[in-house]
Amino acid sequence: MAQHVAQPTATTPALPAKLPLSAVAPWAAFFGILMLVLLYFVGAEQGATSVVNGAGVHEWVHDARHLLGFPCH
Amino acid sequence: MNSATVRNLLVRGMLAGLGAGLLALVVAYFLGEPGVDSAIGFEEAHAPAHEHEVELVSRSLQSTAGLATGVLVYGIAFGGIAALAFCFALGRVGRFSPRATALLLSGAALLAVYVVPFLKYPANPPSVGDPDTIGKRTSLYFLMMVLSVLLAIAATILGKRLAPRLGTWYATVVALAVFALVIGLAYAFLPVINEVPTDFPATLLWRFRLSALAIQATLWGGLGLILGELAERLLNPKPAAAPTGAVPAAN
Repeated sequence: MAQHVAQPTATTPALPAKLPLSAVAPWAAFFGILMLVLLYFVGAEQGATSVVNGAGVHEWVHDARHLLGFPCH
Repeated sequence: MNSATVRNLLVRGMLAGLGAGLLALVVAYFLGEPGVDSAIGFEEAHAPAHEHEVELVSRSLQSTAGLATGVLVYGIAFGGIAALAFCFALGRVGRFSPRATALLLSGAALLAVYVVPFLKYPANPPSVGDPDTIGKRTSLYFLMMVLSVLLAIAATILGKRLAPRLGTWYATVVALAVFALVIGLAYAFLPVINEVPTDFPATLLWRFRLSALAIQATLWGGLGLILGELAERLLNPKPAAAPTGAVPAAN
């Protein structure tokens, strides 16, 4: 980590400014859920649970599901 | 202003996820697919009655376009999530630059999201796994993943709380030990799943699981490096060539 003993202020990395939680929270709530929905379709749809009928989604991402470590069938 | 920064970081995270996904796709195609094909070969040799007569999606599509869809969407989704986590972590986990924060975060995510659940419920090639237990296996896998991620967050907060009293080193050691202890208990008490057919080749299973690990290491390593680079350029545009006396005073 920061071994900037010799140099004074100019090159010492300051603690990066925090992003206020109130600015992050709305993005995290909306996009966090959206990303989880994407992961659900890649990882679990038409396996244990189905939103879309048939097996098209499952068959299409079949190899990815095995190789990404999700239980497949 | 700050909301715009979060939006920028989110877009960069998803782009970083796409880039890392492309790298992981190369690994998946060249290291992973041979194992999938051999395992399907085993499945067909050992299934007397052909259940998979109707091929919805051909093998050649599954192993190329299908694989790409899955890996890239996975990369983009985790890229977005990593960017949001990065927004929370920046300046809160310690005195790390944006670049170092991103790599630290993605390393922790590789462990918490993938390696810890994998050690209990590892990736399985086709023909390993009883279709009748898919519900149970899916819930246990996601339970393990959620548990591991929440525990990693809790351990980070615990470490931060202990740091003023114990110092950074011992606080980190204690937090990691608590994480390992609770995960160990979860490993011990959650049910064991072993559905490997008796004559399934052990070397094939080993190589498949190693390639699954390699895919994740590539994905998260790439994500950490690319997101770190993009975030550094956004947040520290010029690496302080001229000290303009800009002390980040706000917080």
